[in-house]
Amino acid sequence: MDSPKIHLNELYFLFFKIGSVTFGGGYTMLPMLDRELSEKRRWVTEEELLDYYAIGQSTPGIIAINTATFVGYKTAGIPGAIAATLGMVSPSLIIIILIAAFLRNFNEVPLVQKALKGVNIAVAVLLIFSVWKFAQKTVKDIPGFLICLTAFLAVGFGGISPIPVVALSAFLGIVIPILKRRKK
Amino acid sequence: MSFLTLYLIFFKIGLFTIGGGLAALPLLQNEAMKRQWFSQAEFFHMVAVSESTPGPIGVNMATYIGWDYAGIAGSLVATFGLVSPSLIIIILIARYFFHFNEKPLVQSALSGLRPAVTGLIATAAFNVLTVAVFPIQTFRENGLWGELFDPATLILFVLIVAAYVKWKAHPVFYVAAAAAAGMIFL
Repeated sequence: MDSPKIHLNELYFLFFKIGSVTFGGGYTMLPMLDRELSEKRRWVTEEELLDYYAIGQSTPGIIAINTATFVGYKTAGIPGAIAATLGMVSPSLIIIILIAAFLRNFNEVPLVQKALKGVNIAVAVLLIFSVWKFAQKTVKDIPGFLICLTAFLAVGFGGISPIPVVALSAFLGIVIPILKRRKK
Repeated sequence: MSFLTLYLIFFKIGLFTIGGGLAALPLLQNEAMKRQWFSQAEFFHMVAVSESTPGPIGVNMATYIGWDYAGIAGSLVATFGLVSPSLIIIILIARYFFHFNEKPLVQSALSGLRPAVTGLIATAAFNVLTVAVFPIQTFRENGLWGELFDPATLILFVLIVAAYVKWKAHPVFYVAAAAAAGMIFL
């Protein structure tokens, strides 16, 4: 960090950008985070992004904000955490205040609904490609594949909270290598 | 009710929400009904607006409710209340995390955790897919195959997939193009 001040500005506007084009929050902003933070700037690796999501998912607070705060802290300490979080909430503040003040029936405009339908299709595509990319990076063996599949089925179809899934997978990450060594 | 009370209410909601903004909705509804801020119908309208605008749903809701309560100042107070617990808790956790994350034991734990988070992203992808592209819920209600496999939606979906494979451009590009295409064709 040669000039932390510029860096804080950059963090703020980066998250401002992400907040203003992310619909849904949480996991839907992952493709944007991946592109901006890992691919373009190399501030965090893809694996680190997943770590922050795991922690953000399992601790109090909204996951989108938790993850933004974590990335901000990683890149520029406490000021970075604050800059990233402020950036993330600024677009919401501006857009919602404008709508609440002038356009309360915004969501009932047919053209808006059609645009949103399109947006959600794009979000689905981006997320599918993210899953593919992250699976290639993180699923390295059969136990890893089973953990990934079980997490998907348990949370997606079993109605199980992600928190025990995250905790159990971390435990398995510790235990499986030990068992493997014992076998040898 | 003072600004401090508003701040504390949203601080509490932020503290007790774990996961996505949708998890905050029951808490928000509870607080709102208890204090008679607005009717059930108004609440659902706020949720609809928060879902159809950019930004995390929870933050959008806090801003909206804060606005109705006390204008711009109310929006700011409610939103900062909501994100304060995140800031405090994540900063505390991050400090420890970067202390210990190089340790072999933590690295092993993370090696198990990452495939699981990939599974969670797959769940999110599946959920968006079954709302936006193949609306299973609507199909269950009305049984119309034409709605489950809507030609215009499917064509747009295939086009975005092809465009992504070909160009790997910035995600923003696909979101913007799909919004424009949705206005014209859907």
